[in-house]
Amino acid sequence: MLAQRAMQQSLRRLAVQHPALRLSTPAAIATGIYHQKRFAAATTISEATEHDKILARQRLNRPVAPHLAIYNAQITWYLSGLNRITGCTLSGAFYIFGSLYLIAPYIGLHMESAAIAASFGAWPLILKIATKAFFAFPFTFHCLNGLRHLSWDTTHLISNQKVIQTGWTVVALSVFSAIGLTLLV
Amino acid sequence: MALRLATRRFAAPLVLRRGMATTIEHTKGEPLSTVSEMTSGTSTPEPASKSTPIKDPSPSQQAKMKTFQIYRWNPDEPTAKPKMQKYSLDLNKTGPMMLDALIRIKNEVDPTLTFRRSCREGICGSCAMNIDGVNTLACLCRIPTEPGKESRIYPLPHTYVVKDLVPDLTQFYKQYKSIKPYLQRDTPPPDGRENRQTKTDRAKLDGLYECILCACCSTSCPSYWWNSEEYLGPAVLLQSYRWIADSRDEKTAQRKDALNNSMSLYRCHTILNCSRTCPKGLNPALAIAEIKKGLAFSG
Repeated sequence: MLAQRAMQQSLRRLAVQHPALRLSTPAAIATGIYHQKRFAAATTISEATEHDKILARQRLNRPVAPHLAIYNAQITWYLSGLNRITGCTLSGAFYIFGSLYLIAPYIGLHMESAAIAASFGAWPLILKIATKAFFAFPFTFHCLNGLRHLSWDTTHLISNQKVIQTGWTVVALSVFSAIGLTLLV
Repeated sequence: MALRLATRRFAAPLVLRRGMATTIEHTKGEPLSTVSEMTSGTSTPEPASKSTPIKDPSPSQQAKMKTFQIYRWNPDEPTAKPKMQKYSLDLNKTGPMMLDALIRIKNEVDPTLTFRRSCREGICGSCAMNIDGVNTLACLCRIPTEPGKESRIYPLPHTYVVKDLVPDLTQFYKQYKSIKPYLQRDTPPPDGRENRQTKTDRAKLDGLYECILCACCSTSCPSYWWNSEEYLGPAVLLQSYRWIADSRDEKTAQRKDALNNSMSLYRCHTILNCSRTCPKGLNPALAIAEIKKGLAFSG
C-alpha cells in the first residue's frame, strides 16, 4: 500500500509539471543521469503518516499519567482555578437573574426591586448572611485577582516570588472585603 | 482527481497561506487527535497498599530507611492497571539525589524499573518526572530526609506512559519542530563571516537560551493537559520567543503570525505553574507574556 501511494503521488506530481519538464524524465533515463529525489520525498510523506498510525495504536494501549489528582497544591493553579469558578458563579448568576427578569411578567413572577427586597428581608438571618457571602466573595476575589491578570499581561509582577506574594495578598484582601460586604452593606 | 488538481491550482500559493504553528491538520478522523480525545482521562494507579513493599537487600548497621512509592506500568501486560510500588532504601548507602535512589533501586533492588537518565547534572533533561507532586529533574532534586515521610514518583503528568517513568514525548518534539527553532535569514552578513549582534541584543536571550527542553513546565500546565494537541505549551513558546527576540532573525513577523490564533498561544491562561516548576529557574510565563504583548502592540 505504501509503495502504491508513493507511486500515485509521483504520478500526480508528474501530471501538474510543466510540459517541458515532462520530457526531461525520459531523456534523463535514456542518458542514465536520473535521480530519485521526487520519489524519495513522496515516500517520506507516507512514512510520516505511517508513524502517526503506529503512535495512535500505541496510545490506545498506553495509560495517561496521573495529573490533577497528584499535582502539588500550589497557589498558582489553585487561584487560577478559583478565578475561573468565581467568574462562572458571577456570570452564571447574572445570566440566570437577567433572563428570569425578562420572562418574569409572562410567568407571573414578581421581580420588582421592592418585591425582592421585601422577600429577602423576611428570610432568617443566617440565610441572609450565607447568600450575601456566596456572592460577595466571588465578586471581590474575581475583581482583585483580575488586577493580577492584567498586570501579568503587561509583563509586570510575573516572577515566582511576586506571584506568591500578590496571590496571598489577593486572598486576604478578598476575604476581608467579602466579610465587610456581607456584614456591613 | 481532476477536481482535486483543479482546486489545488486555485488555492493560495504556499507562501501566502497563513501558517499555524501547531502539529496537526484540522481534519476529522485524523488518527492522532481522535485517539487522544478518546483517552484523555487518566487511569488512577493501584495504591501502594495493594502491592508488597520491596526492601533494601543490604541495609547498613544504623540504617536510615526511606520509602519511595514509584509508578509502575509494563507495556508487556497492557491490560494490567498501573500501580504504585513501594521500595525502601537505606539512605546511608544512597547518594543525595532522587536519581541516585532510582539508579540504586535499578542496580540493586529491582532491575525492571525503567526511567530515562543521562548526564546526572541537570543539563540533558532526560530524568524529568513528577516527584512529590512537582515536576522536576530527578538529578537536581534532593531526597527529603524527614523521617517517616514517603516520596511519590510519577511520570510527567498527562503524558502517555511508554513504561514506568518513561513518557512519550513525540507530540512535544513535533511541536518544537513546528516553531522552526533555527535562525532564519535571507540576507548574508555584511562582512561575509558572522551574523553579529550588540551586547544588549545578546542580553535579551539570557533566560531563554538556557532551556533544556525537559518538558517539566509544559506537563505542569493544566491548559496543556487538556489541549496538548493544539496548544504549544510553555516550553515550546519559550523557545519560540527565543527566536522572536533574536535580533539576527529576519522572520519575526512570520513567527508571530504563526502563533496568532486561538490555540497555539492564547490557551495560556497565565496559570503560572510553568515558571514555578522550571528546574533551571527560567521564566516561561514571562516569555509567553512578552509574546502576547508583542502581538497586541504590533498592530
